[in-house]
Amino acid sequence: MKPTELDHAGASEVFNQDEPYVNWHDETLWFVRQKRDKAAFKLPEWEALRERASQIKSYGLSHMDELLEEFERNAIRNGIQVHWAADAAEHNQIVLELLRKHQITHMVKSKSMLTEECHLNEYLTGNGIEVIDTDLGERIVQLRQEPPSHIVLPAIHLKKKDIGDLFHEHLGTEAGATDPQYLTEAARQHLREKFLTRRAALTGVNFAIAETGGFVVCTNEGNADMGAHLADVHIASMGFEKIIPKAKDLGVFLRLLARSATGQSVTTYSSHFQRPRQDRDSKPQEMHIIIVDNGRSTQLGRADFRNSLKCIRCGACMNTCPVYRRSGGHSYHNAVAGPIGSILAPNLDMRKHADLPFASTLCGSCSNVCPVKIDIHDQLYKWRQVLAKEGHVPASKNMGMKVMTTVLSRPRFYQWSGKVGRAVMRALPATVSNSLNPWYKQREMPQPPTESFREWYLRNRKK
Amino acid sequence: MDSRKKILDQIKANKPQPLPSPAEERFDARYADLAETFGEMVNTAGGVAVLTSTWSDIKSHLFATFGQLTNRATTIPFLADWADFSLNVSDPHELEMINVAVIEADFGVAENGAVWVSEKHLTHRVLPFIAQYLAVVIPKHALVDTMHDAYERVNIQDTGWGCFIAGPSKTADIEQSLVIGAHGARGLTVFLLDEQPNPAL
Ligand code: SF4
Repeated sequence: MKPTELDHAGASEVFNQDEPYVNWHDETLWFVRQKRDKAAFKLPEWEALRERASQIKSYGLSHMDELLEEFERNAIRNGIQVHWAADAAEHNQIVLELLRKHQITHMVKSKSMLTEECHLNEYLTGNGIEVIDTDLGERIVQLRQEPPSHIVLPAIHLKKKDIGDLFHEHLGTEAGATDPQYLTEAARQHLREKFLTRRAALTGVNFAIAETGGFVVCTNEGNADMGAHLADVHIASMGFEKIIPKAKDLGVFLRLLARSATGQSVTTYSSHFQRPRQDRDSKPQEMHIIIVDNGRSTQLGRADFRNSLKCIRCGACMNTCPVYRRSGGHSYHNAVAGPIGSILAPNLDMRKHADLPFASTLCGSCSNVCPVKIDIHDQLYKWRQVLAKEGHVPASKNMGMKVMTTVLSRPRFYQWSGKVGRAVMRALPATVSNSLNPWYKQREMPQPPTESFREWYLRNRKK
Repeated sequence: MDSRKKILDQIKANKPQPLPSPAEERFDARYADLAETFGEMVNTAGGVAVLTSTWSDIKSHLFATFGQLTNRATTIPFLADWADFSLNVSDPHELEMINVAVIEADFGVAENGAVWVSEKHLTHRVLPFIAQYLAVVIPKHALVDTMHDAYERVNIQDTGWGCFIAGPSKTADIEQSLVIGAHGARGLTVFLLDEQPNPAL
């Protein structure tokens, strides 16, 4: 992973130097958002589904220990071996020990944001284990030695020319070739050889079901299944918040997940693992599940932020976020980027991630699309308060922050300052559009309206 | 260090007040013509839906579509003479040669074109993924409206592994261009078998 020294604002500035590229990035993600809308609007019960998903997850948070114990009991009954990891280091150790026990030095891995969070690849590589990411987008960023820039679309920041060049260098495709069909075929051949020769496969977990002791993994490519069904050892890593109470809850979540993520009505493969595989004439496969905390139980105790644990990692909040779309996933210097990443990250390390809750306009679009109705933008706002109190507010934000807090906490003052602000903008556009105003960068300040919404509303309401 | 205890204790200490189970609410989306909606959704997912009335039709269709391919495998006894590759192997890696596999599935879901494939109908879990092309046969009457109905119909604990499969394997990881055939099957045909009741029964 390339460590980035820059904070979000600094990294966004670099990202914004190439305007046509930023516009392309912005439009590509907006296009995904629009596909989500089309899929959602087709279901009249969409809002009821979101509400139900949110309630199931809230119920889950409030019964988390019982559900985890129920899951463990049932998983063990199914022949799955259950491990518990308090933090990233312990998770990584468990994986390494399992591989060493079987003398395995090569492993395939399908998408798992948790292993990104734990920096598993670096750890295993440092211990002499080769890890191949098998999701196409993840393989691309792995070959580039960079982290995914999006939880669902890991290589969304790259143009096909970048990928063509990369594959030419690593997979021997023709120089200058950029046809996605051709490049995907090359990756298919390259990865098929890995699937066929690796004895261990690690997958993520989308949903773990307390009632059955099984888990569900969703992919479009089929890479999780190709890996797991050919391997002697299947390791599934999950943050404990992936638990849902009942099998029928999957009906709700699978209807929401893909529609929110890419606008598909369901992912191509929704794979339900219940028991280890038993091939004829051979030992049963070993199936392991690692339940990871890594700060989650702390977040569960923060009343203002615990709802972030309801996330099903659909990526919709990123696709819709005006800041994410115009700053790119890498500017968030965290495994999970975008609005949700910005409320998860400070829980792990407030100082390191103090800039992230400020990487938002608080427009609320994220909360509007979130399939489990997390109050994302409210939490971003609340993190700002916490960070300010703890003295972690980045210097550049501090001044404006203080003024904003004063302004927003006093409605009368807000009305007045708006009026003054508009007058100043009309009279002296340069004062606002100068380099001291961070909003001016890469953007023309809008024409100020002659009256505020509030003035307009009061005038028209009387009519 | 007992992490299990540590994690559970901290969860117990930090979790919010217990909430009651969410109220049961039904989402009864009903489609006018299940087979039509299902077929459309299979197509949307990149697959091909074929309505047939006899097993012989399916066989002819398979010969016509995949006749030039070798390494044809099936789990369906009626199609045994169409196949030229035996699934009677213990190591799933040996299935790597298969060009086309034909299997049965329990039922399909109209809202998304998915079929429920499980160990019950398979010799190996990897078969639907490792074959270059996949064809699935379901009875035409075995269709449900939504995923809610699907989970009422299937008990996922009855099988060691099962999967909803909607269309062929796909990816859009290169500049959001849809490409069919990522790691799993490059094509999916779903036969909806509308068998006439056997007058002899
Ligand atoms: S916070 Fe909500 S919208 Fe964002 S990734 Fe999680 S579930 Fe999706």
